[in-house]
Amino acid sequence: MLSINNLHANIEGKKILNGINLEVGTGEVHAIMGPNGSGKSTLASVLAGRDNYEVTEGSITYRDQDLMEMDPEIRAREGVFLAFQYPVEIPGVTNMYLLKAAINAVKKHRGLDELDAREFLKLIKEKAAMVEMKQEFLYRSVNEGFSGGEKKRNEILQMALLEPYLSILDETDSGLDIDALKIVAKGVNLIRSQERSMILVTHYQRLLDYIVPDYVHVLAGGKIIRSGGKELALELEEKGYGWIDELAAA
Amino acid sequence: MTTTDSDLAPHLKRDYKEGFITDIDSETLPPGLDEDVIRFISNKKNEPEWMLEWRLDGFRRWQEMTPPEWAHLHHPPVNFQEISYFSAPKQKPLLDSLDEVDPKLLETYEKLGIPIDEQKMLAGVKVAVDAVFDSVSVATTFKKTLLEAGVIFCPISEALQEYPELVKQYLGSVVPATDNYYAALNSAVFSDGSFVFIPQGVRCPMELSTYFRINEMNTGQFERTLIVAEDDSYVSYLEGCTAPMRDENQLHAAVVELVAMKGAEIKYSTVQNWYPGDENGKGGIYNFVTKRGACRGQGAKISWTQVETGSAITWKYPSVLLEGDDSVGEFYSVALTNNYQQADTGTKMIHIGKNSKSTIISKGISAGRGQNAYRGLVKILKGAENARNYSQCDSLLMGDKCGAHTFPYMEVKNPSAVVEHEATTSRIGEDQLFYCRQRGMSEEDAVSMIVNGFCKEVFKELPMEFAVEAQKLLGISLEGSVG
Ligand SMILES: Nc1ncnc2c1ncn2[C@@H]1O[C@H](COP(=O)(O)OP(=O)(O)O)[C@@H](O)[C@H]1O
Ligand SMILES: [Mg+2]
Repeated sequence: MLSINNLHANIEGKKILNGINLEVGTGEVHAIMGPNGSGKSTLASVLAGRDNYEVTEGSITYRDQDLMEMDPEIRAREGVFLAFQYPVEIPGVTNMYLLKAAINAVKKHRGLDELDAREFLKLIKEKAAMVEMKQEFLYRSVNEGFSGGEKKRNEILQMALLEPYLSILDETDSGLDIDALKIVAKGVNLIRSQERSMILVTHYQRLLDYIVPDYVHVLAGGKIIRSGGKELALELEEKGYGWIDELAAA
Repeated sequence: MTTTDSDLAPHLKRDYKEGFITDIDSETLPPGLDEDVIRFISNKKNEPEWMLEWRLDGFRRWQEMTPPEWAHLHHPPVNFQEISYFSAPKQKPLLDSLDEVDPKLLETYEKLGIPIDEQKMLAGVKVAVDAVFDSVSVATTFKKTLLEAGVIFCPISEALQEYPELVKQYLGSVVPATDNYYAALNSAVFSDGSFVFIPQGVRCPMELSTYFRINEMNTGQFERTLIVAEDDSYVSYLEGCTAPMRDENQLHAAVVELVAMKGAEIKYSTVQNWYPGDENGKGGIYNFVTKRGACRGQGAKISWTQVETGSAITWKYPSVLLEGDDSVGEFYSVALTNNYQQADTGTKMIHIGKNSKSTIISKGISAGRGQNAYRGLVKILKGAENARNYSQCDSLLMGDKCGAHTFPYMEVKNPSAVVEHEATTSRIGEDQLFYCRQRGMSEEDAVSMIVNGFCKEVFKELPMEFAVEAQKLLGISLEGSVG
């Protein structure tokens, strides 16, 4: 699904990623953990194609294609989805409108028929129920006046609708109370399948009680310094991020 | 695939598809302005003596005035002697039959998508059109159908022949000839425009619209529109404008007067798409317009909706005099400036009657090096007990070389008044664009979606077909303003 080789990236001349290597197989769920500022969001942004990041070295292959050659919207249409750490507000544009534009952009790209208003409505209602989102949120402006938890749930709704091959969830769990966390996890688990892969970026191991990853990686100083199974998350929780510094120094 | 906020707006190329020139024989006065020119125009139109006197009076007053300098606009002074004040296609058509209209003119309107052939109109979307080409009206549709309902809709030059008393009664009653520099000039030299009269209790059976086209080189267009709605009547009126692409600036100085009597409602919508000049700021229309409506009776309502995407310079403040008790004034505006366009636009709401209410929603969009100013006055006179105003002015910036400015003025003389003002300025963010692109939308689609979202409150005031048109226009006007 995804193969990252020796990835180096800068922002505003500052080196953030220092040689990331990561293989994500089809159907796998990988968790990436690490202290604040370690480069987790940077990695997510580079994968999604945000342009203020400069990739100085390395390569990324996604479903046998060179990801770096693709514009952000092409990546999205090819099935790369990023659930943002900080979803943006778009005043005056209803959630419905954005969601419909999004799914039809994907359909069109794949040579499928676009959904008409009725088909779309049916589908979106189904998906909204899945993430326990009230229908009124569909008619509100994108993320405007949404609480932190509602914004995150809205991201999961979009993911559920678009059914991406590769989902990257950037701290979707942060700031959620336990009920909201369960809803998010439920949404993710419903989408989890043999054909889809996921990268869960998280600061806490808490999320991993609900979404059990196949692999856990620890990111520090722009490098993956340790990889393991789901036990690694528990070990990290136990020893704290101080342990990371020791590992990184070693 | 790089888009940073700073290069959201660099080499803006605009596809102005209305920029063609119609090659037509026309009678055009040589440039220059003096009393003889005014006599010529008046004579040409076979006007009554009082009309000529009114024009000359306006002209004399204009000569004593100086152009306003308070607006946030910069342009070289206009040389009024270099402009021709009258131009008309040579073969004056018979106004009731399109058979007599020069085929080149018909073709022009066809190209512009303006329905001047009644037969060819789609069933259901009936709009009566008055088509003004340079200084004259070349066709007016559905005149007969409207007359059956008692509605007068004709070129103002024709109204001066057919209904001189009506015109005399109302002309200049809302915007006097001496109101301001450009209004005085217009009063002296106005050539054509539309006249609308809705009798008491009549709901105008279709939308009325006037389409203004400047074609001739070095001419100014000075149209004059007068709409009178008697007690308890209703009319919705639309105005559209385009001009060829030329390197020279051209002047458009219009006056629009609205009179709404007791319980009457006038809804006036404009989609202004004059040629804005090229991406280096060369050429384009100077649009100096005075629009004002008077709510003359109890419960009268006047609503201005404007979408201003064209012109090199826009100077206009559609206003409402809320004379009647319980009268209502509304102003909904979207003004877009791209490249080197400049707009100084807004409204004046003058509350005179008790319980009068006004709403102002202004949306300014600046891209490229565009400069966009909102200028508004809310004035509550002493007798305007319980007057209410709500104003909201939002500015959207695209790129870092453009500007947005807000100049709200308030004068409140009655303590029972409630006046609210809200203003926001935001930047179309790289983060918003990236968010949309991450969901699969192209950058252009994302920009137009975000901008349309921003303008939604105004677009919803437009008649359906116009709203669609306005959205498209906004998209075209912003084309190339990203990446
Ligand atoms: N726009 C930016 N300009 C400069 N530095 C940035 C920018 N964005 C992130 N950084 C820096 O890059 C580093 C990694 O940030 P980020 O990837 O957001 O970390 P994480 O998500 O792991 O908390 C931090 O030191 C942060 O300050
Ligand atoms: Mg982060």
